[in-house]
Amino acid sequence: MKTNVDFKKCTLAELPPGSEGVVCAVDDSFPIASRMLDLGLRPETTVRVVRRAPLGDPIELELRGYRLCLRRCDAGSVIVRRTA
Amino acid sequence: MSEAAAPGPLRLGLLGNPNSGKTTLFNALTGLRARVGNYPGVTVERREADIDLDGRRAVVIDLPGTYSLEPLSEDEAIVSRVLAGDVAEVPPPDALVVVADACSLERSLAFVGDIVRRGLPTCLVLTMLDELHARGGRLDRERLEAALGIPVIEVIGHRGIGIDRLRALLPAPETWSTPPLPPPAERDERARWADSVLSHVLSTRPGRHRLTDAIDRVVLHPMLGVALFVVVMTCFFQLIFAWASPLMDAIDGGVAVLGEAARAGLPPGLLADFVVDGVIAGVGSVVIFLPQIVLLFALLHLLEDVGYMARAAFVVDRVMGWVGLEGRAFVALLSSYACAVPGIMATRTISDRRDRLLTILVAPLMSCSARLPVYAILIAAFVPPALVLGFVPLRGVVLGLLYLLGIVVAVIAAIVIRKTLVRGPTADFVMELPPYRVPSLRNVGLRVYDRSKDFAWKAGTIIFAMSIVVWALGYFPRSSEVLDRYESKREELAANLEGDELEEARSRLDNEERGALLRASALGRMGRAIEPVVRPLGWDWRIGMAVLAAFPAREVVVSTLGIVYDLGEEGAEQEERLVTRIRNTKWPDGSRIFTVPVALSLMVFFALCCQCGATVATIRRETNSWRWAIFAFTYLTVLAYVAALLTYQVGTALA
Repeated sequence: MKTNVDFKKCTLAELPPGSEGVVCAVDDSFPIASRMLDLGLRPETTVRVVRRAPLGDPIELELRGYRLCLRRCDAGSVIVRRTA
Repeated sequence: MSEAAAPGPLRLGLLGNPNSGKTTLFNALTGLRARVGNYPGVTVERREADIDLDGRRAVVIDLPGTYSLEPLSEDEAIVSRVLAGDVAEVPPPDALVVVADACSLERSLAFVGDIVRRGLPTCLVLTMLDELHARGGRLDRERLEAALGIPVIEVIGHRGIGIDRLRALLPAPETWSTPPLPPPAERDERARWADSVLSHVLSTRPGRHRLTDAIDRVVLHPMLGVALFVVVMTCFFQLIFAWASPLMDAIDGGVAVLGEAARAGLPPGLLADFVVDGVIAGVGSVVIFLPQIVLLFALLHLLEDVGYMARAAFVVDRVMGWVGLEGRAFVALLSSYACAVPGIMATRTISDRRDRLLTILVAPLMSCSARLPVYAILIAAFVPPALVLGFVPLRGVVLGLLYLLGIVVAVIAAIVIRKTLVRGPTADFVMELPPYRVPSLRNVGLRVYDRSKDFAWKAGTIIFAMSIVVWALGYFPRSSEVLDRYESKREELAANLEGDELEEARSRLDNEERGALLRASALGRMGRAIEPVVRPLGWDWRIGMAVLAAFPAREVVVSTLGIVYDLGEEGAEQEERLVTRIRNTKWPDGSRIFTVPVALSLMVFFALCCQCGATVATIRRETNSWRWAIFAFTYLTVLAYVAALLTYQVGTALA
């Protein structure tokens, strides 16, 4: 874990593997936004980026007790505050 | 909504997120009694089973796994439509059983709330409790029951624990407790409601699945993961090939033995010919697919239940994304190299309808094993056994190029179809990576059984009908002129020859007669009729006819060419003679029919054309529409024709 914690907001696609964030919002303009909410990517949810696939995309996430895989273009709809 | 006095069986709807253990529970409740079909008008699979619950008849409806009742995909739309009683021929359920994985209840509770608030009698089944406990999680069932106001039952489906209690509860949904206050209807409020319920019932959240973490460090490792992917997929493919072919040979042999037995027991004539060459061969043409279907689905479901299939899709998704497909399409396309039929059936794992359709439409371009005998004959006849660069056999190169042609055309077709017919945003690739689990052989077995039964009845009947039609076209009309001519020739032989010489001459005459009859049949006339169409490809009417006869099953072209060139249809010796005969057939002006450009154009045609009734029937079955089946057939045939035309014309111009 890094010591200098970056509290700036970014999208889930930008979080580096191994880091963690808290969901702030899901961008409504993405057609997938509603699906993100169904999958539990709701505000206040803690989510960890476990790894990226060997070719860089998709990414593996851990949240709410399960593992989810998303393409980075879709993960871009989730705005997070990095916490670790 | 549910009247206890209502006649007819109790309808129980089974709902849950994907991977919640819903199918395991369905199987535990119903065993082998599932009926598989489609919901009217859509491609979504429909599974129901009749069961007896302490004397009360019930129908368990296995609704598709879904994350939400908001209709985003076709699967989800069907779930909410069934609940609303909005699907023709499908009465709405009287009561609902919601299945939720206890480890990911944090995700699914809002979904559970959305179902509960709709007011049907509902109970919640929690699964994977053994896993929850192993991961150190603690969940208070009684508190959950109190908070939701509905019965909550803990079940370990694959070990049958809790099933008896569930069965005792199910017959009387009238008596189930109902929530005093339904969960909020508004989505954000419901999410907050779910989180607050969870804070009361989930005293300890489950930790990470340590074993899964450890395995994934290898399986999803940037280098090792890719290597493992290649190894697993190679073995997967090899096993289907290696294990299926002896079984398929055995079926072929069995069909031949059965045919001989039937012929021996029946008086010679139309009935015997119909039973042996029509019915028995037709049934054989369906059964021959079963070894590959059974093997493919056994391996596929085994890998899926272990948890590897999702990882494989994760590793390869990027590559498939380049042509507008998703990771889960890979296995379906790989399987299509063995046979497009199970390959197309394997697309059921792809959740997005458009992705699935696209995968189905390009799957027949993967060079299946039935094309090999065709390539083998033509390559043996026209490609010299030379070496390229001193060590690479030229014949192997040609074969490799034919496989490559299928891939290249598939990539182009996928891109074009994606931009035209199945347009729309690239589907969201949303997939869970479930923890690694010990697979349940019972579950795998049941699913393989379901798939095979479904193929045999739904696609098999169409395949069977097509092979009967083609048999009839090649059999009728029986030219009495030909029959009389050969009868008198036989008598002539019997008068002049004896012993082995007579036998040999007779069998030669039989083969000639079969050829003459075929040439005089409806199929032969059709071959002549289409000669102007196939002439630009360099083919004569006999090749055209053999290609026509091969539309239900492409490998038939070899035996049809054998018959039309008066060689009979069986055996390796025949194959050698066929190669010679093909080389030597001539046009009326004395020039050879088969030249290298003709052979190439024929091979290119076979590489691309959808000459497989079983594939068309399976596309019809899987898309639930003749429209897509006919489209696939048409576009592939046109593509094959144009490519063969180009091959011949360019080849002739160069030569």
